[in-house]
Amino acid sequence: MISPVKVKKGDAILSIDNIRVQFNQRYILKDVNVQVFPGEFIGLIGPNGAGKSTLFKVILGLLSPTQGSVRVLGRTAKRGDRLIGYVPQKLFLDPNIPLRARDLVALGLDGHRWGIPLPRKERKKRVDDMLKAVDAYRFADSPVGQLSGGEQQRLLIAQALLTDPQLLLLDEPLSNLDIKSAYEVVNLVSRIGREKGIAVILVAHDMNPLLSVMDRVLYLAEGKAVMGKVEDIFRNDVLSGLYGYPVEVLHVNGRIMVVGGKNSGINGYPLECNCCQSEAAT
Amino acid sequence: MIYFLNLLFAPGFFQNTQVLNALLLGGVVAAISGVVGVFVVIRGQSFVGHAIADFGGAGAAIAVLMGINTLWGFLGFGVLSAAGVELMGNRAREHDLATGIVLSVALGVESLFLYLDTHFTGQAGAPMMILFGSIFLIKPSTLSIVVALTAATTAIIITIYRPLLLCSIDPDLALTRGVPVRIVKLLFILLLSFVVAEGSFIIGALLSTALLIGPAASATRITHKMGLAMLYSAVLGMSAMWIGIVLAYDSFLWPPVRRGWPVSFFVCALILLFYLLTRLRDKLPRSGIMMSGGGT
Repeated sequence: MISPVKVKKGDAILSIDNIRVQFNQRYILKDVNVQVFPGEFIGLIGPNGAGKSTLFKVILGLLSPTQGSVRVLGRTAKRGDRLIGYVPQKLFLDPNIPLRARDLVALGLDGHRWGIPLPRKERKKRVDDMLKAVDAYRFADSPVGQLSGGEQQRLLIAQALLTDPQLLLLDEPLSNLDIKSAYEVVNLVSRIGREKGIAVILVAHDMNPLLSVMDRVLYLAEGKAVMGKVEDIFRNDVLSGLYGYPVEVLHVNGRIMVVGGKNSGINGYPLECNCCQSEAAT
Repeated sequence: MIYFLNLLFAPGFFQNTQVLNALLLGGVVAAISGVVGVFVVIRGQSFVGHAIADFGGAGAAIAVLMGINTLWGFLGFGVLSAAGVELMGNRAREHDLATGIVLSVALGVESLFLYLDTHFTGQAGAPMMILFGSIFLIKPSTLSIVVALTAATTAIIITIYRPLLLCSIDPDLALTRGVPVRIVKLLFILLLSFVVAEGSFIIGALLSTALLIGPAASATRITHKMGLAMLYSAVLGMSAMWIGIVLAYDSFLWPPVRRGWPVSFFVCALILLFYLLTRLRDKLPRSGIMMSGGGT
């Protein structure tokens, strides 16, 4: 039986202290400090290669930092911690895989345990409730391989929530979705996070779908991080300092875009959007 | 009534100990191959299964030369190659290359030892037996070994069922959940090599892949439930095996040569037939829905 974890008000759920991650003399993450509090929605933004995946690996306990500490509710981060729910980017499945939506979600409950699952009423009820919570109950018995990207994303979120996590990590959940599904997933995660007091860290290239829901931004570039409210981070001086060369923050129709500034060599090219990076390089 | 039964089962079918032995052995092996095959299909590892069978074939050829049961050769070399494939390459691309290299080396070694078998043991039929199987010639004493292997395989698959499913869906997700992914993958390839060894022993090294993935590929087309897919796959595999044995026995009476056709041929033909039928079934209901949809 899962015992509820007591979280005192004001205690950080995740606290990352001065971590460095180093591979062959190169710093992937350098002096990163992060504190995340219950119920917060954090957008983790940054260009390709900024260290976003590495930071996730460190939080999930898959990678030990070269120095510094990572604590989840006061405990050192370790693999398999059920206080952390993880939503992978995308499923790569055979379209004929004999697995229904509800079977995938149920793996969130006990997929790490040995043996075969025994059908129990309580197990089925928890899965059904979670399917309803993510608005996936209507396709609960459909084969997973034939569902759309947005539908599969809902199931991945449901399986991650079944361990009653305090912290939910989503690895670029929007990158394979159409705009409408992307907004639906963001709103769903935000609503559930607030209802249950779960802190959410969502990785994205494009911060715009998150603007209305995120409490703070964690912006990573060149292995360094800045964290704060949207208006305090998306500023020319803050991001230029982070990138180490001039960048400009553009506001267009209520949308934000970060582009290379004058004398940066990539004047006007969007920085987070990976679709334009190869073009900028030529 | 008796007439029809005689038409179906040629005279002496149920009195022949070799036939009964074949039914028992073939049934057990087809069932476990079907169950494990579902995981092989969803993990996309049929190529690995084939490589293990070919390597095992080289082992079996050596076993003939040493005068021991070929099952030990299939098993020993199969387990070695499975471990080799798993340890050589970790990334998908590397894995494919590693498997391909193991496969071709295995075939080269196999050709050498099959040549030596025919020249030094006087068993001219050894290549046929190893590559294409000869279920009627298996000694009844081998049954206990096959049953023990199958029991071990069943125990392992029940133990690792859920973590293996999680690893097959998303290895990174399994890692974050604390599943010992490497151990689970190693255990699976180990039990895969058990099953492939049994299949090779029964219907031959070259055809064991058909028994492993054919029924499983058909089963995953007719159900969306993992447990049912395993059940259907086992039933389809056993049906192919048993009907194949009956037809092979009956074929001793078939014109023009009256010499009997190999069991393996019938088994593989039936597996193909089942697969084509499930594909056909896949097409039919959909067009039906479209037609009724068009009417409203």
